[in-house]
Amino acid sequence: MTKHDLRGLTRRQLLSRGMAAGTLAITGAGFIAAPNAAWALEVAVISPEQMATLLQMARDIYPHDKVPDQYYAVAVKGYDAEDRKDMVAAGIAELDSAAKAMGHASYLAAGWEEDRVKVLQSIETGPFFQTVRSGLVTGLYNQKEVWPIFGYQGESFSQGGYIERGFNDIYWL
Amino acid sequence: MATFDLNDDSVVVIIGTGAGGGVLANELAQKGVKVVALEAGGRYLPEDYINDEWESFGQLAWLDARTTSGDWRVAKDFSGLPAWIVKAVGGTTTHWAGASLRFQDHEWKALSNYGAVEGANLLDWPIDGAEMAPWYEKAETKLGVTRTGDRAGLPGNNNYLVFEKGAKALGYTEVHTGRMAINSADYDGRLACQQTGFCFQGCKWGAKWSAAYTDIPAGEATGNLEVRDRSHVAKILHDESGKVTAVEYFDKDGVKQTQKARIVCVAGNTIESPRLLLNSASEMFPNGLANSSDQVGRNYMRHVTGSVYAVFDKPVKMWRGTTMAGIMQDEAIHKPDRGFVGGYELETLALGLPFMAAFLNPGGWGRSFTTALDSYENMAGMWIVGEDMPQTTNRITLHPEQKDQFGLAIPNVHFDDHPNDIAMRNHAYQQGIAMYEAVGATRAFPTPPYPSTHNLGTNRMSERPEDGVCNKWGQTHDIANLFISDGSQFTTGAAENPTLTIVALAIRQADHIAKEMAAGTI
Repeated sequence: MTKHDLRGLTRRQLLSRGMAAGTLAITGAGFIAAPNAAWALEVAVISPEQMATLLQMARDIYPHDKVPDQYYAVAVKGYDAEDRKDMVAAGIAELDSAAKAMGHASYLAAGWEEDRVKVLQSIETGPFFQTVRSGLVTGLYNQKEVWPIFGYQGESFSQGGYIERGFNDIYWL
Repeated sequence: MATFDLNDDSVVVIIGTGAGGGVLANELAQKGVKVVALEAGGRYLPEDYINDEWESFGQLAWLDARTTSGDWRVAKDFSGLPAWIVKAVGGTTTHWAGASLRFQDHEWKALSNYGAVEGANLLDWPIDGAEMAPWYEKAETKLGVTRTGDRAGLPGNNNYLVFEKGAKALGYTEVHTGRMAINSADYDGRLACQQTGFCFQGCKWGAKWSAAYTDIPAGEATGNLEVRDRSHVAKILHDESGKVTAVEYFDKDGVKQTQKARIVCVAGNTIESPRLLLNSASEMFPNGLANSSDQVGRNYMRHVTGSVYAVFDKPVKMWRGTTMAGIMQDEAIHKPDRGFVGGYELETLALGLPFMAAFLNPGGWGRSFTTALDSYENMAGMWIVGEDMPQTTNRITLHPEQKDQFGLAIPNVHFDDHPNDIAMRNHAYQQGIAMYEAVGATRAFPTPPYPSTHNLGTNRMSERPEDGVCNKWGQTHDIANLFISDGSQFTTGAAENPTLTIVALAIRQADHIAKEMAAGTI
């Protein structure tokens, strides 16, 4: 359950060079890319706009300002699949329609997290939200690469445990 | 290693190899009794254990289909996973934290000492602390429990040091690093604790006692014990006189086998054991085996649990070191003016980041949730373990439609919190939060219960046959050669982690069975 498919997550510096700062860039060629050129994500089945929406949803559900987009991208990459595209399309349509009811052009068009959260709250008991949210619990937090951002050190057996490496090193008590 | 013929009707068949069945198997084998132990799970040893929470969960957890009902939050958050127990040789002794506490004297007689509690099906155990004392001592020696005998306590890790300071600031005095079946020094051929964390994922050093690498191989070495792993028991068979005669099971290859038996001991944990008795219903016993009392599956207990996590302005790094070596026992008393009967322990607990995300506030999202995890490094944690009330309607039943991979009816686990349980949990939350605030916590989280790890009471011991399923030896009231050998025989749950008591009862039961076999009475 910890193995994630990393194929398709590549660093494509050229792709996003010169893009405007701000949110994700949708290239229109089956890619979305980070404005700072740190990463890009290919989509094969769903549209780049849909992937960008999922990514924003992931950030709004579990917002960690210190965690870069690329880890959220890994967490939602699995929705770019033939057997999930209908669910994604229907879910995003529901999301955007909820956003419109609140006066936004779309979910992504709502500039403030607070506004997007209100949209999410209006659909949070539905299956689409619950699928995305519960998938993120393992999809995001079980990436070993994000653990150091939270200070978590993972296994220690290979280093002999903490018996001589600070199991009782608290300094401020 | 012994092998016994399927038609050998002189063997004792034990179903399950955890704290109850694994110990019973070894103890009987040491006395020369021939034993076939059937274990649904596979064999995993320290070199196989994985120090990664989800990966280990996939390796060890009992994930067969189960359903839930009732008002407990687990039914909402983890509807298909009522219990977090292990499917492996050694059972849940692979996963357990190692906390090894004796019941207190008053807890053996809950009905007498608490009085009748509305909505609760309280009962006194047919045994008491004096009777159990020598068996507890044998169990503590077997497990190498710290702070018993001449064994030293474990050193306190960061999470404990925060906990201890908070407890003492509140005036609590019974505060220490616990009585743990985790070696503080090399013991019984096993290493001392290396403060690695991941106690719940199987101890890779073998510093924590587990039947998987102690009692099971010790029993096998006698030549009297055969353990058949990946063997899932479907049904216990009986003859016209009502005595049990054999056990039907699906072997490694999914082929149905029948092992004859002189005696059958059920130790499949508190959900599977009553499920098996119910699934063994026959024309003679239409309500299931050993169920003339209608108590099989009822009185399901899971301890009053919950956790308190708190964040501080500086690092704690709670994941480092022994997961549960820290306890505060001042509240484990019976003091009804707190608004509830019975008591609770507070014990240190740490989860890694992946499990913290899953368990801190299941279903939670948004900044309230994520800012808690942002402070993961500065977090300390504790777990509540308190006595919950047995209720007749909290029970394991067979699902009317759903079947498992072998075509057997799956269990449904129904649990409603008793008002006493809720009052106790709220008190414990309040005291736990106060402990952390006394050390400067900037935010605290009263975290809901996880899937049950302490599953108890569904085949309970009773003096009178109409009140329970088995007698003071774990022998079923209805069938002389059928025994209950796991935590399902608990009459009440007490405030203590149950494993030490399960082990002590198993050692005592082995002694009894061997004597009765020698006397020819069973």
